[in-house]
Amino acid sequence: MRYSLIGMHLPEYNKQYFKMKMISLASILCITLFSFNISFAQFEIPEKPSDKKQTFVYDYTKPKLLSTKDSTYLTVKLKKYADTTSTQIVVAIINTTKGENIGLLAPRWAHKWGVGQAKEDNGVFILLARNDRKIWIAPGYGVEHKLTAGITGELIRNVIIPEFKLGDYYNGLDKGTDAIFKVLQGEYQAKRKSEKNDFPIGFLLVFIFIFVVILISISKNKRGGGKGGNRGGKSGGLDIWDMIILSNMGRSSGSRGGWGSSGGGWSSGGGFGGGFGGGGFSGGGAGGSW
Amino acid sequence: MKKFLPWIIAAVIVFGLFSWGKGFNNTAVRLDESVKEAWGNVQTSYQRRNDLIGNLVNTVKSAANFEKSTLEGVINARAKATSISIDPSNITPEQLAQYNQVQGGLSGALKSLLVTVERYPELKANQNFLKLQDELTSTENTIQTARTRFNEAIKPYNIHVRQFPGNLIAGILGFDEKPNFNAEAGAEKPVEVDEMKF
Repeated sequence: MRYSLIGMHLPEYNKQYFKMKMISLASILCITLFSFNISFAQFEIPEKPSDKKQTFVYDYTKPKLLSTKDSTYLTVKLKKYADTTSTQIVVAIINTTKGENIGLLAPRWAHKWGVGQAKEDNGVFILLARNDRKIWIAPGYGVEHKLTAGITGELIRNVIIPEFKLGDYYNGLDKGTDAIFKVLQGEYQAKRKSEKNDFPIGFLLVFIFIFVVILISISKNKRGGGKGGNRGGKSGGLDIWDMIILSNMGRSSGSRGGWGSSGGGWSSGGGFGGGFGGGGFSGGGAGGSW
Repeated sequence: MKKFLPWIIAAVIVFGLFSWGKGFNNTAVRLDESVKEAWGNVQTSYQRRNDLIGNLVNTVKSAANFEKSTLEGVINARAKATSISIDPSNITPEQLAQYNQVQGGLSGALKSLLVTVERYPELKANQNFLKLQDELTSTENTIQTARTRFNEAIKPYNIHVRQFPGNLIAGILGFDEKPNFNAEAGAEKPVEVDEMKF
């Protein structure tokens, strides 16, 4: 296009001018090619984190969009939800999609990581591009019928975007995920279930358990006595802490974490232990910008 | 013993050929099934769009004196698009190209409709319309994804069928090369905005 335009006027120019023109033309070409490259540079989806490093909130921005406290709180909330329902809601925060359509990127990313369980396809992926000021929520196959694009879009418009406009990203994500819980439970309008009632009971049970275990180990330690006593007690203690830590991370195997099921969903089996289960995404979803 | 040697060799060769053929065939069947499944997803997502367009047309019609020409463009393109369906077990390049073209035509008509809508503030404030718009965007993305996955499913199938020596028996067994989706027809040309003046 550009070339033909210049070409049309060529006879009017002298040789030197032509040379200069060619140089500038070449530089224009270079610039166009370069910018073309940038605008179509593909966003590279990060590699799926290894099982041990998998979590629910991924903040790739620098400085982080969410404070450590907020991010931890959100992670705990989403983990708890995943442990009780096996539905994994994952939040990823990036700077920019590098010109890519966020509506295509989000499900592609989610599909690559396999968020959700393979059988139920019950993953939900929330992608936030800070500098683009865009957010997208992609539901897996298994939750599409509840989290339809229409409902998701409304939720984003009415719940998330108003908070984002105020600059409160954490609140937007917090309220947004709460709204998603409600949609998935089929009670979008209804009040939130008494989540807070469950929490202390589970907490209490866990602590009672830990207390009992420690008591037992101490008494055993005392009974053991002698030379082997110390060592035995030490290794026993380690085991317990291992157990506690592991089960708190939701990685307890069935036999080890048998008590988990009574713990109000603190670490019932099949939580995040298996990590991203390989849920599929159709590519649907809705988003918004602020 | 010497008498039987040629027979044994022949038997081994026949058995070898048979197991190779069986392996080839079964892999081709498996890949073919995944192509069919991918095609099913493509068709479902296009069907979903057709359904949504019905709702969209009704919603937009309700807007006071909405441009008839744009609306009719969408309705006609939709009728054309629904008239063509493809048998997944026998996808020819011509069929796929035609399918691609009519669906692309519908995409184009839809785009210009959504551009036109920008001039109707009462529609932009309509919750129903906003929801429909979200659904449509979602479906368009689903279509894109389904198309990409269809092409991805085709690739291993075509490689399997076209590679030597498999290609020697692929034709006999009825496994022909399958066509890819090209870029959606109409997707590359910009939305027509010449109707803007009035």
